[in-house]
Amino acid sequence: MISIRNIVKQYGGYRALSDVSIEVEKGTVFGLLGPNGAGKTSLIRIINQITAPDSGTILFNGEPLGRHHVERIGYMPEERGLYKKMEIGEQIVYLARLKGLSRAEALRRSKYWFEKLQIQDWWHKKIEELSKGMQQKAQFVATVMHEPELLILDEPFSGFDPVNAEIIKNEILELNRKGATIIFSTHRMESVEELCDSIALLHQSHKILDGKVKQIKNSFRNGTYILECEGAGITPGADAPFTILDDNRTDEHHHLRLKINDGGSPNDVLRYMLPLATITRFEEIVPDMNEIFISTVNKQDK
Amino acid sequence: MNKILLIIQREYLSRVKKKSFIVLTILVPVLFIGMFALIGYLAVKGDDLGDEKKVQVIDESGTFSGKLKDTHSITYVYTTGNYDSAKASFIEDGYNFLLHIPPASSSVQIELLSEKKPSATTIEAIETGLSNIAEAQQLKLAGIDTAVLAQAQKRIEIKAKQITEAGEKDAQTYTAYAIGFLSAFLIYICLFIYGTQVMRGVIEEKVSRIVEVIISSVKPFQLMLGKIIGVGMVGLTQFILWIIISVGLSMVGGTMMAGKAMQSKQMAQVQQTVNDHKELKQVQSPDKGMATIMQSIESIPVVYTISCFLFYFLFGYLLYSAIFAAVGSAVDNETETQQFMLPITLPLIFTFALAQSFIINNPDSSLSVWLSMIPFTSPIAMMIRIPFGVPAWQLALSMFLLVLGFVFTTWVAARIYRVGILMYGKKATYRELAKWFMYKE
Repeated sequence: MISIRNIVKQYGGYRALSDVSIEVEKGTVFGLLGPNGAGKTSLIRIINQITAPDSGTILFNGEPLGRHHVERIGYMPEERGLYKKMEIGEQIVYLARLKGLSRAEALRRSKYWFEKLQIQDWWHKKIEELSKGMQQKAQFVATVMHEPELLILDEPFSGFDPVNAEIIKNEILELNRKGATIIFSTHRMESVEELCDSIALLHQSHKILDGKVKQIKNSFRNGTYILECEGAGITPGADAPFTILDDNRTDEHHHLRLKINDGGSPNDVLRYMLPLATITRFEEIVPDMNEIFISTVNKQDK
Repeated sequence: MNKILLIIQREYLSRVKKKSFIVLTILVPVLFIGMFALIGYLAVKGDDLGDEKKVQVIDESGTFSGKLKDTHSITYVYTTGNYDSAKASFIEDGYNFLLHIPPASSSVQIELLSEKKPSATTIEAIETGLSNIAEAQQLKLAGIDTAVLAQAQKRIEIKAKQITEAGEKDAQTYTAYAIGFLSAFLIYICLFIYGTQVMRGVIEEKVSRIVEVIISSVKPFQLMLGKIIGVGMVGLTQFILWIIISVGLSMVGGTMMAGKAMQSKQMAQVQQTVNDHKELKQVQSPDKGMATIMQSIESIPVVYTISCFLFYFLFGYLLYSAIFAAVGSAVDNETETQQFMLPITLPLIFTFALAQSFIINNPDSSLSVWLSMIPFTSPIAMMIRIPFGVPAWQLALSMFLLVLGFVFTTWVAARIYRVGILMYGKKATYRELAKWFMYKE
């Protein structure tokens, strides 16, 4: 869908993007992650042709990105904004027409979306008269009205209350099921694991990690497990196939965090432990995206 | 192109639909006409409206007794008696003023006493009265007949004529003054009003952050141009409505005045007062004055003047509003615009100040010609010169330079604008603006 190749962007003496290359496959949900100031917004603006890169190319479905592609992209910036003194319905129609829709078509589709999100009663209200959540919904409608093939959402859930965030999330997923490719930038990791197929991690203008979420998580596994057993606990001998990282025990409960020795397997641990105690829990600790994010960024900083 | 039209449409409609636009459009001509009507009314009736002032005169010289003529507002009462005792009692006696004229031999000056400060017009009226009598007295003493003198003092009027290709024509200097000044003033005011509107619009889009949504659909240049043209059309609409309403109101007002059978003398006085206060005294026949004015208005090439006005308004506006747009893009709120406003508005203020004093009196001096060539000053300077007659080549060159200037400022402004609208929280300095200008596309 989108191939970002060797993008460099420099603002005066400040480098926003250095040689960033990312592939986003069609029909996927792609997460663009990174701490503040990493270059996410710069990259998103380049894809939206708001700014141009100093060097590098972007391909949209294999063809070089051009002006005519803007009508196939929907963009919701992090800082939301609509005309405060304009009626919301009129405004949505205007923005859709700027994306190339005819007036009649824009009217038809906005009716559909307003009903779907249950904001049809607000058609004639001005933005400044609406609640924050309502404004966000209107903004979302403005983004998806022209049925873009590529939807770029910058921090889409910030500012939403949990109920509305859920509504918007489901709408995004539905659009994705219908074939839209979605790029969203965020630093909220829980939504990444829930939604994204692939991610790229930007840090200080460099891409430091990218790939499918599952593969990344696999590559960050390091043989750490949690083991719990009943009773006062055990003290493993020197022959144990693991080393203990953490040991918490009470009279009737024992909680261990352990790391399997090199070459060992979980079964070795179980085999060793079974004669010694009644095991109630044995579970691999898979690093969550948040830990991956923090550890990768920290590693980079060192 | 289609998208620019959409933007123009939104900018135009969102402004024209505002209540403030409608109110301003109706109110300005009403106030304007009302103001002139009031001035005219006061000029005619002003003297009658003022308080009646009673002046007690003690004339010890004997020269002036009974000779000071009463006017609308001043009545002279001649009394004999002691100055000092009159001083104490004139207010209680119902007089506003006490005028004391010492004997001719005395070195004491003539004095006017009053409870409150006398107005300048009252003093002037009394002084003029006294001077006239004294002058006549002196002339008589020198053996000159005042009747002969009056004849000798015939006012001489110069008939100014311009040599044109069509032969001679009357050079209506006063009308040229008025037309030039009025159109320059309108351009000056409107460049500010509509330029600021463009700037506000840009700031509004930037602050509400909608700009990022819009420029993901259209180029920043399209947005800027659409806004400038949209606001410009609002300006033109307002102009045209103002003209229509003013003309309509004056016609209605005119009919009403005619209905009241206003005397031609009074009409002429109104006209003359509005036109030039000094002239009033010297006009012999009011009817003739009226005729002169009507004639001079007819002598103005209306289409030519209005076309020039619209051209200079339009391109002057385009030139300045592009700069206003760039300034709006560079700041986060309106208060920050101050540092940029002065250099932008300085050429306008400077030209307008010069226009009132220098250019209007020396329309063909080299400074005036230069000012009417430089694109930043020409919209005002040229409009002052046009009623006095400008060579065609100068007009053509000035217009060409103005269009060139507009293209140039728009180009510069667009380069700053495209970067500025995405910059938040950065204090814009001139250096920063220069850097933005240099950024690659």
